[in-house]
Amino acid sequence: MGGLVASLPLVPIVVAVAIAILGWRSLTAWASAGSAFVILAVAVAASVWVVDQGPIVALGGEVRLDALGAVVLLLIGTVASITTTYATTYITREVTDGSATARRATWYGILVQVTLAALVVVVIADNLGVMWVAIEATTIATVLLVGHQRDSASLEASWKYLVLGSVGIATALLGTVLVYYVVRHSGVDVDAGLSWSQLVPVAGRLDASALRLPIGLVIVGYGTKAGLAPLHSWLPDAYSQAPAPVGGLLAGAVSAMSMYAIMRFTAIARPALGDTFIRNLLIIGAIASLVTAASFMLTQRDLKRLLAYSSVEHMGLIALGVAIGSPLAVSAALLHMIGNGTVKAVAFSTAGEVERHLGTTTLAHTRGLLDRDRFTGTTFALCLVALAGLPPFSLFASEVALVRAGLNDGLDWVIAIALAAMMVIFTALAVQAINVLTGPATNAPIDVPIESRAATVATRVPLVAGLVMVAVLGVTIWPISRLLEDAAAVLAP
Amino acid sequence: MSDTTFTQLLDLAVGTVVVASFAALWLRRLVGVINILAVQGVALAAVALLLGVHESEPELVAVALMVLVLRGLVLPGLIMRAVHTTGARAEVESLINVPSSLLAASVLTLFAYAVSRDLVALADTPHAQAMPLGIAVALIGILMLVTRRKAIMQISAILMLDNGIALVMFLGTSGVPVAVELGIASDVLLAVLVLQVLTFRIHLEFGGGDLDQLTELRD
Repeated sequence: MGGLVASLPLVPIVVAVAIAILGWRSLTAWASAGSAFVILAVAVAASVWVVDQGPIVALGGEVRLDALGAVVLLLIGTVASITTTYATTYITREVTDGSATARRATWYGILVQVTLAALVVVVIADNLGVMWVAIEATTIATVLLVGHQRDSASLEASWKYLVLGSVGIATALLGTVLVYYVVRHSGVDVDAGLSWSQLVPVAGRLDASALRLPIGLVIVGYGTKAGLAPLHSWLPDAYSQAPAPVGGLLAGAVSAMSMYAIMRFTAIARPALGDTFIRNLLIIGAIASLVTAASFMLTQRDLKRLLAYSSVEHMGLIALGVAIGSPLAVSAALLHMIGNGTVKAVAFSTAGEVERHLGTTTLAHTRGLLDRDRFTGTTFALCLVALAGLPPFSLFASEVALVRAGLNDGLDWVIAIALAAMMVIFTALAVQAINVLTGPATNAPIDVPIESRAATVATRVPLVAGLVMVAVLGVTIWPISRLLEDAAAVLAP
Repeated sequence: MSDTTFTQLLDLAVGTVVVASFAALWLRRLVGVINILAVQGVALAAVALLLGVHESEPELVAVALMVLVLRGLVLPGLIMRAVHTTGARAEVESLINVPSSLLAASVLTLFAYAVSRDLVALADTPHAQAMPLGIAVALIGILMLVTRRKAIMQISAILMLDNGIALVMFLGTSGVPVAVELGIASDVLLAVLVLQVLTFRIHLEFGGGDLDQLTELRD
């Protein structure tokens, strides 16, 4: 199992090379989805193994996958499978209708695979430095993907994303370096270096007062990269300008990596620093994100930007779970991460379909979308319902658990503010869902070329499968309940 | 090398890194700013080299060589190429004037010392006590980023921010494990390359590197 996990990043790299040589064609498009399915399959197998026999270790301890890592690897596999399968038709369509050259499609394929490889490395590396390098690599690769359309708007988005992302990621690096400094000067075993698995057991002996600044920098830096307010301003631009499947990958998986990094650092910092400092810092980010998302979603005019602000909201909720830090809160946060990531992958892909049928992502034009295209209308409405936190979807379950965990810990005021913001967001999403489901279409229809059966299946199956998965997890958590428990135990022993 | 010579040389190199970031705020010409960043990169390599020789760590000497090539030559060279090929106007434009920039940078330096008091208290070597200067250089990089409105100046600012972090890395812990060091270096190189490409495109699209024109996306 260890060898399998350690060699997992090679799969997307090999596919990237194949795409580079052969170009974007039917075979390589499917190979790119294939590598995502391999990641998903290995993630499932590894999760079963981890629950059964404990962490998977390989390469002399450089590679380590524990329950927390397995949860995040499952998320990467799911989001990647949905978005790359959808992209097999999305990108091929772009090439056919001339909106993207063959060369750009090839670059798209290569960069997505590089992103996948980096995502996997983030999770399996037992080294805070390597983790940073891999997260930075996902940033650089996705900046180029955000600029895929080559117009002035996507150029602006990629510039802002890279500049603000660089500042965030640099701040996280400074924090990481200073954590290393504190480790080296706290009289603990120097060999522990940057390996999180070796740092956690000795964490209680680290100098608490010196650790405060480094951990603060790490949380602010990775928080920027995850899209926590007030440092989220790059996010709506980047998510909305990226090609639809990339938007799903960014919102579903890439942003989750930074939250994962924050979780690893809190596991190291909590024994030394105690709860208060980390909790306060994360709660500020969480509440700011929820309030920001609420105020921008209510008046939002663009569909993809609406989804982007919904990401700000859900990152805020995950941060809230990490802030509370009890086993219930952490497993709720992780379930929320899986639910939000999967629905975002489906929702952004659906946004691609909406764009195809309406020629725009302006929300005013989605009125009567159900009439125009039954499948797209239904899927889109269901995504909005799921993101609003309604049952049967798992986001309902995780939000209820988060609220309970917060109240258990006496955070009544924080939960009250969060709930108020969530009510506003619920209204914003409900209005849009009703808009889609009712009323005659107002704008002129677009002629959508009839596609082959295979293309239709490749477009629809991943979207349906994603929504079904989130609904099943909302009804019964048992497939991953042991895994979530174990993962929560990593952060809240 | 005797201990006093080592300390003096190290002080000189660290001082050069810090002075270079103040000079970058003071200079009026883009080319001058990029040259001073190259000087900063060379001084940073000198810091690594001195520490490597002093602690007889061949790995750190190799890292020093890499820093010299990357931060002293390649990265400033890439930014310089962006200036020449885009024909960017030579003057720096700033939201605040030079005296205020320098004043703000001095305040940031004091701030860096204030916030890292607990960290310095752990230090067991004289050079680890100079670590806040690296944080100061990083903060001055962020100051430059938010006050300068040219694409090329923003790339320079990000490079300075990174140089500051590298200085913290060398002074505080004599570098991080080499594999991580290499990863960081290649990420920085890639980021600057991508920024350079985006700068070309911004110039093509907007006919100038003025970022105030990037206002299409808003809520």
